[in-house]
Amino acid sequence: MIARVLRSMGARTLDGLWRLGFASRFFVAVLMRSGTAFSRFSLTIREVFSTGVLSLIIIMVSGFFVGLVLGLQGYETLQRYGSSEALGILVALSLVRELGPVVAGLLFASRAGSALTAEIGLMKTTEQLKAMDMMAVDPIARVVAPRFWGGVISMPLLAALFSMMGVFGAWFIGVVFIGVDDGAFWSQMQASVDFRYDIVNGIIKSVVFGFAVSLIAVFEGYDSAPTAEGVSRAITRTVVNSALTILALDFVLTSFMFRGNG
Amino acid sequence: MNRTVLDLWVGVFVAIGVAAVLFLALKVGNLASANIGETYRLQANFDNIGGLKPRAPVKSSGVVVGRVTEITFDPTLYVAVVKMDVDKRYVFPRDTFATILTSGLLGEQYIGFEVGGDTEMLAAGATITKTQSAVVLEKLISQFMFNKAAESPQAPEQ
Repeated sequence: MIARVLRSMGARTLDGLWRLGFASRFFVAVLMRSGTAFSRFSLTIREVFSTGVLSLIIIMVSGFFVGLVLGLQGYETLQRYGSSEALGILVALSLVRELGPVVAGLLFASRAGSALTAEIGLMKTTEQLKAMDMMAVDPIARVVAPRFWGGVISMPLLAALFSMMGVFGAWFIGVVFIGVDDGAFWSQMQASVDFRYDIVNGIIKSVVFGFAVSLIAVFEGYDSAPTAEGVSRAITRTVVNSALTILALDFVLTSFMFRGNG
Repeated sequence: MNRTVLDLWVGVFVAIGVAAVLFLALKVGNLASANIGETYRLQANFDNIGGLKPRAPVKSSGVVVGRVTEITFDPTLYVAVVKMDVDKRYVFPRDTFATILTSGLLGEQYIGFEVGGDTEMLAAGATITKTQSAVVLEKLISQFMFNKAAESPQAPEQ
């Protein structure tokens, strides 16, 4: 009984380590064979279209609504302390530092990451990847790398759009509906949001999330079991692992970037 | 999808993405307004800096003229050494008074320069000798309490 439990624990650990090693080697392989993704840049542009442009609507609408809610909730609390003009600071800092990269990353993982996994997984199931290999076309260079770089390019832009729409949403609810002073809203925001400290760190976060989500998505697709069930499991794993990775990385990055001494 | 249409959409996407970054940098952040160009380094020793933090503004007559870059403790003199970068466009007399002030009741602390009348100016790397520490609320209250306590026994006699 105990031996069986131990054996299954060992098997899981080894399996996890094996997958981690495979994922790292896969990452290196994608980076090494990214030449085609840039020399034939139209391949990457197609992927920027399917991951970035097609995610625009969901990212912008969610950003706007997150901004609306932040504006309402922030105003509700701030006006108790008579500092409702600080609404701009609250909204801009929380969006630029945290919510923009994280929520955009989660949406990106479920909207674009799952599609990437499904596409590559189905290509594997229908043996298109093997057929390419037989025709001396490297499937990692031709299929995986452009998708990976497409995701990496799209993610920071989507996060910036999310933050922008959020700030606009908060402005809309705060200034237009509730009647916070327009000038105070913007000037207090500008006085306390620092470009290098807040905005650049937010952009760094979104770039890191872009790498992580794109890698997880293409890896799960490439690694999926070549059956209908295998592809569906791979998609589930993409969404779950991306979400967990984003949140864990966010904590690590935040603890390095914002130590409370600024 | 048609190649040119695809390129167009991606172009639009990248353009509005870059526009969003610019919006964040210029409208939300303070890249345009608080961009201090060429700076020179000044130093000041304070007995007590209170809650002053790096990146706090240095103001003169309420206008931001620089930023605090580094705060260290000098173990020989037992004072806090505050280094700040001040905009090259502004020079201050040698007898400028550096005071740690608070913006608003709960606001952040900053360094205020009160300009003196000296004809010689502070050079790069100079140390401001005339400084005033941050007001610590507990000290103020305890001083007030002691004064009250010292006054009250005489009150019944008069």
